[in-house]
Amino acid sequence: MNEPEAIATIAPFDVQKVRNDFPILNQKVHEQPLVYLDNAASSQKPKAVIEALEKYYTAQHSNVHRGVHYLSSRATESFENVRGKAQRLINAKHAHEIIFTRGTTEAVNLVASSFGKKFISEGDEVLISEMEHHSNIVPWQIVCEDKGAKLKVIPVNDAGELIFEAFEKLLSEKTKIVAVNHVSNTLGTINPVKKIIEKAHEFNVPVLLDAAQAVPHMKTDVQDLNADFYCFSSHKMYGPTGIGILYGKEKWLEEMPPYQGGGEMIETVTFEKTTYNDLPYKFEAGTPNIADVIAFGAAIDYLDSIGYEDISAYEKELLEYATEQLLNINGLRIIGTAENKASVISFLMDEIHPYDIGTILDQLGIAVRTGHHCTEPLMNRFGISGTVRASFAFYNTKEEVDVLVKGLLKAKEMLS
Amino acid sequence: MITINEIQDEIIDEFSFFDDWMGKYEHIIEQGKELAPLAKSYYVDENLVKGCVSQVWLHSSMEDGSVKFEADSDAIITKGLVAMVIRVLSGHPPEEIFNANLYFVDEVGLREHLSPNRSNGLVAMIKKMKTYAVGFSVKQEN
Ligand SMILES: Cc1ncc(COP(=O)(O)O)c(C=O)c1O
Repeated sequence: MNEPEAIATIAPFDVQKVRNDFPILNQKVHEQPLVYLDNAASSQKPKAVIEALEKYYTAQHSNVHRGVHYLSSRATESFENVRGKAQRLINAKHAHEIIFTRGTTEAVNLVASSFGKKFISEGDEVLISEMEHHSNIVPWQIVCEDKGAKLKVIPVNDAGELIFEAFEKLLSEKTKIVAVNHVSNTLGTINPVKKIIEKAHEFNVPVLLDAAQAVPHMKTDVQDLNADFYCFSSHKMYGPTGIGILYGKEKWLEEMPPYQGGGEMIETVTFEKTTYNDLPYKFEAGTPNIADVIAFGAAIDYLDSIGYEDISAYEKELLEYATEQLLNINGLRIIGTAENKASVISFLMDEIHPYDIGTILDQLGIAVRTGHHCTEPLMNRFGISGTVRASFAFYNTKEEVDVLVKGLLKAKEMLS
Repeated sequence: MITINEIQDEIIDEFSFFDDWMGKYEHIIEQGKELAPLAKSYYVDENLVKGCVSQVWLHSSMEDGSVKFEADSDAIITKGLVAMVIRVLSGHPPEEIFNANLYFVDEVGLREHLSPNRSNGLVAMIKKMKTYAVGFSVKQEN
C-alpha cells in the first residue's frame, strides 16, 4: 500500500524529458556534445514549433483578413487566436492591445517613432538607463535628435542595479517617457519595474519595458505592473525568428499615429484623405508574418505546458549552481551581481580576453556569447570592453554547468 | 626570396603535425606570444582595426620596395592569427600582397576565424593590408 507515495518523490520537472523536445540539442559540435549556453541571444525551438511551421505551409497557408474562401478564413482564425494567446500570456486587458512586430527592436522603434511624433517636442526628455540594449537606446536617440529633445540616463551601481534615487531625481515634468529593460541581457538583473512604473506615473509619464529577456523566464502581468508598453521577441522564448510583440495600453495606441502605411492598416483610401483601421490593424501595415505568428502560438502553448512556475524555479536552481561553481574558479569574476537575477551570467577570467575564452569553449562544443552584447554604454560603465556570457534555459542541466567549468579551466590553462 | 605561397605551404606543413585542435590552438597562441611587439606610438586610432569582439592594431610601412606590416591584438588567439598573416604577407612587394590568395587559412582548418561574422577584426585587417599595398603601388608608379 506504499505505492502511491512513490509518485510524490518524482521530480516535478524532468529536464531530460524536456530536452527530447528540442531536436537541435542532440548533436555534436567539433566532435563534442553541444552545450548551448547562448539562450539570451536566441533560444532553441521545440518540435511543436517546428511542426507548426511545417503544418502551416503544408496545409493551411493563405493570406489573412482578406479572402472569403476557406483557407483564408482558417488562416485568419489561427492568426487571431495567437493574438489571444499572447494577450493571456502577459494578461493584457484587450486582444487589440497586442501588436505583431518583427521583434523587440521593431516594437521599440514603433513606439519611439509614433509616440515621439505625437508627444515629444523640443526641450522634452526621454529617460532610459545605462544598462539598455542598443535596441532601446538608438531609437530614442533618433527621436531626440529629430525633435530636439534630450536623452537622460539612469545610472547603474557596481552590482549592476539601477540606482533608484537617481531615477527619481531625473524624473521631471520635462520627462515624456521612461524606457528601461525588465531584465538586463548582459547582467541578468531583474529591475524593480513595478516601482519604476509607479513612480513615473506620479508624473503622468508612461513607461515602456523592453521585456525581451523577461518573458522567456518569468510570468508577467502587464495590468498588475501597470506597464504602458511591453516589448518582447518570439525567438528568445522558443518561438520562431522574425516575430515579436508590442503590447500597448489602448489609450496610448488609440492616440498614437500609424507607424507605417500600407494595406491592412487602412479603413478607406482616396488620394485626398485616408482613414485608418482600428487597433490593432492600424499598426500592422502589409501582409503580416503569418507562419511565424502561428508557430509563435505553438511556442506559447509549449511554455504553458511546462508552466512558468517550474521554469522559474528550475532556472533559479541552475543560476545558483552555476554561480557557485563559476566562482570556484580562481580569477573568475562575475559582472552583474544584483540581488534579483535571471539565469544570465556575464564574467571575466584573469586578464584573458573574452574572444579567446569563447574560441576555446567553442572547440569544446560549448556555445557562449562574447563581446559587449549590444550594451556598449554598460561596458563603458564597468570599464571593460566585453564579457563572456553564459545564459541558461530550462533545457540546460547542472552537468552542462560542470562541462562549462571544466572548459574554462582548460581555457585558463591554454591561455595563461 | 621565399614567396608568399612558399610561406603558406610552410605553415600548412607545420600544422599537419597536430592531430587535435588543442595542439593547433597552442601553436597559434605560441605564435601570438612570439609576435614582435608593436611600438607604443603605433597604438593610434588610424591603426585600429575594430572588430566587434577583439581588435587589431596594424602599422604598415615601405622598406626597399616591400611592405612591412607590424601588428598587435588584444586577444591572444587573434594575435596568433595576425602573426601568421604577417608572416605570410610582410616583406613582399605590394602587387604580390594585393594578389595573394590566403589559402593557408582554409587548409589548416581556421576558416571560421575568417568568416565575416566572426568579428575579430581579422577580415578587416587583411582588407586593410591589401588596401595599403594598393596605395603603396600607386604611389610607386607616380
Ligand atoms: C534586452 C534586449 N532588448 C532588445 C533585444 C533585441 O531583440 P530583437 O533582436 O529580437 O529585436 C534583445 C536581444 O538581443 C535584448 O536582449
